[in-house]
Amino acid sequence: MKKGKKTEHTRLIAGFIGLVCFLLMLTACGDGGEAASDQAEAQMHPSETGEEVNIDESEQIPVGILHSLSGTMAMSETSVYEAEMLAIKEINEAGGVLGKELVPIVEDGASEPNIFSERAAKLLQQDEVDVIFGGWTSASRKAMLPVVEDNNGLLFYPVQYEGMEASPNIFYAGAAPNQQIVPAVDWLLENEGTEFFLLGSDYVFPRVANQIIKAQLEENGAALVDEQYTPLGHTDYNTVISRIRESEPEVIFNTLNGDSNVAFFKQLADAGITSDDVTVLSVSVAEEEIRGIGADVLAGHYASWNYYQTTDTPENEEFVAKYKEAYGDDRVTGDPIEAGYFMVHLWAQAVEAAGTTEVDAVREAAAIEFNAPGGPVVIDSDNQHVYKTVRIGEVGEDGQFTEVWNSDEPVKPDPFLEEYDWASDISGTLAGE
Amino acid sequence: MEAILIQAFNGLSLGSILLLIALGLAITFGLMKVINMAHGELIMIGAYTTYVMQTIFTQYMPAGLFDLYFILAIPCAFIVAALVGMLLEYTVIRHLYGRPLDSLLATFGVGLILQQTARSIFGAPNVGIVSPSFLEGGMNVFGMTVPVTRIFIIGLVVVCLLILAFYLYKTNSGRRTRAVMQNREMASCVGISTRRVDITTFAIGAGIAGVAGAILTLIGPIGPAIGTYYIVDAFMVVVVGGVGMLVGTVVSAFGVGVMNTLFEYWTDASMGKVLIFVLIVLFLQWRPSGLFSLRTRSLD
Repeated sequence: MKKGKKTEHTRLIAGFIGLVCFLLMLTACGDGGEAASDQAEAQMHPSETGEEVNIDESEQIPVGILHSLSGTMAMSETSVYEAEMLAIKEINEAGGVLGKELVPIVEDGASEPNIFSERAAKLLQQDEVDVIFGGWTSASRKAMLPVVEDNNGLLFYPVQYEGMEASPNIFYAGAAPNQQIVPAVDWLLENEGTEFFLLGSDYVFPRVANQIIKAQLEENGAALVDEQYTPLGHTDYNTVISRIRESEPEVIFNTLNGDSNVAFFKQLADAGITSDDVTVLSVSVAEEEIRGIGADVLAGHYASWNYYQTTDTPENEEFVAKYKEAYGDDRVTGDPIEAGYFMVHLWAQAVEAAGTTEVDAVREAAAIEFNAPGGPVVIDSDNQHVYKTVRIGEVGEDGQFTEVWNSDEPVKPDPFLEEYDWASDISGTLAGE
Repeated sequence: MEAILIQAFNGLSLGSILLLIALGLAITFGLMKVINMAHGELIMIGAYTTYVMQTIFTQYMPAGLFDLYFILAIPCAFIVAALVGMLLEYTVIRHLYGRPLDSLLATFGVGLILQQTARSIFGAPNVGIVSPSFLEGGMNVFGMTVPVTRIFIIGLVVVCLLILAFYLYKTNSGRRTRAVMQNREMASCVGISTRRVDITTFAIGAGIAGVAGAILTLIGPIGPAIGTYYIVDAFMVVVVGGVGMLVGTVVSAFGVGVMNTLFEYWTDASMGKVLIFVLIVLFLQWRPSGLFSLRTRSLD
């Protein structure tokens, strides 16, 4: 009898604790609701998404922010989201846009393309925003594309990608292939060697990128020794490293994405293969990723981007200082973070020029120049990509890049690689999809 | 010839990693029949414990002692993960014994909570670990260079396995554990405290997951979501090996490791994974209860 009572007793306690936890969670959510209407507070609370926000149209302009704040892409996208919030805060402090305050409405794409498309529809239809800043993977962009086209919204996309796309409703703030991949291959051919090993994650970006690289290698008479793909999230690179040993390439062109980079570089270093033996050039490893991989195993390898934290411009000095002040001294900036930051400013300036947030008018007025941290950027009105300076950097022991080459001036974006004869087959087959 | 030797070693190495991540689950799922979806998050806790140890050593200890952090991190990871495991058992799992589907959902939820907690404490981006200097570089074995890290992992797995086997088969509490797992009512009739056995066994399983996490920092990423990369492999190894059989888990881990490496070498990484799962599906058609199965007289 006594025992029975005791169990009942503990069960009551457990129930009580459960109830308290539940109530605590409820209050936390309640705080979120208030915070969303309070500008400064909302920016400090990244996790409160999906809140109902009341917009006073005469005073405020809603803008959508749609990144993965949970799931496997959260590691990369959270920083871009923070950079966009920083830009919105700056704009509001300087008096807003058209005299109105920008109110960010934050949604979580949860690293799932179908959630991206659903949340984008919610932002455009229910919250009636005219612009969404968001996305990272090509899959998330392709999921949002039909939604912004059908609802005539605008999407600003911050990440380098494989090209072969130009939607009138998307502004591409990341690099097109001719602003990252093509110059990187040229530079490697000139400086590092002609025997290439292509390694990538098994999804759309690496496969299309490698198709471009293969055509370019053929054009230049260079050799492709092997081409390997591993599933996203793959963590065992022993077999790939065996292949690298056997095929003895001079250059590894790395289009792995996400956590796989950590496993690949650690295991490559463990196998005793250093940057003296083979050069690895990556297109998805920025300062933020280096922190997670460890600078010691990456030192001496290269990356191709349009911006580094070490890029020497007065705008960048200011940007890095502001970013660190807002989010902590140990944080680093990087190319997609910079793109997220300047694309909000680009949109704000286009709205000022157009005198309205209305999508068609903004698109007309968008061919403006902005001094971004990575150098001046201009939107190309032909394809809505951005003119950017190409930079190749070498990873140092401190995890920062030293620029070894740049294109001197912003390069015109060419998403379909129309300027290159050798690429005609690729753009033909892919653009038709 | 050398290529074959290296692939054999790679297979062995992958097998040892699979065994390490599956060993904890062989206890919680294999022996206790709890479908613990939070197993991956216990691995994550071990990995972050290692990261915390590294941070403590770089900040408060003389630089000469830095390499020791990893030696200390392994027992610490065991203790921290075991404590979290105990808490999990006490608050959630003990209410759900004998209800596998409910425990699947509940532990999946706990896994998500743990992931988000890690994200709030350590931030969403991955964190980096500097390998201790004694694990750097390669070693010459039979004329081929193999990474020291891999040899260390194989050695550590063997040690873990021996300790666990000794515990389960040679000590009194281990015997009690097996007794409770085989026939709970009978064990309780002869005076074994099944509650205490449950909580210790679960804590040991969780602790081994923590050790796996500490070791995986040497070769893989450390982030809030790493548990999700390993959970499927862990279940795969335990199910193929036969639920409840330690020896089955060992054979199946090395079997899957070697086959996977071979398939990957013959085709590529994506195709290799497909082929290994095809093989497993066919195998489970032939032997639904896995490689080894415990023969009992009980009617399930």
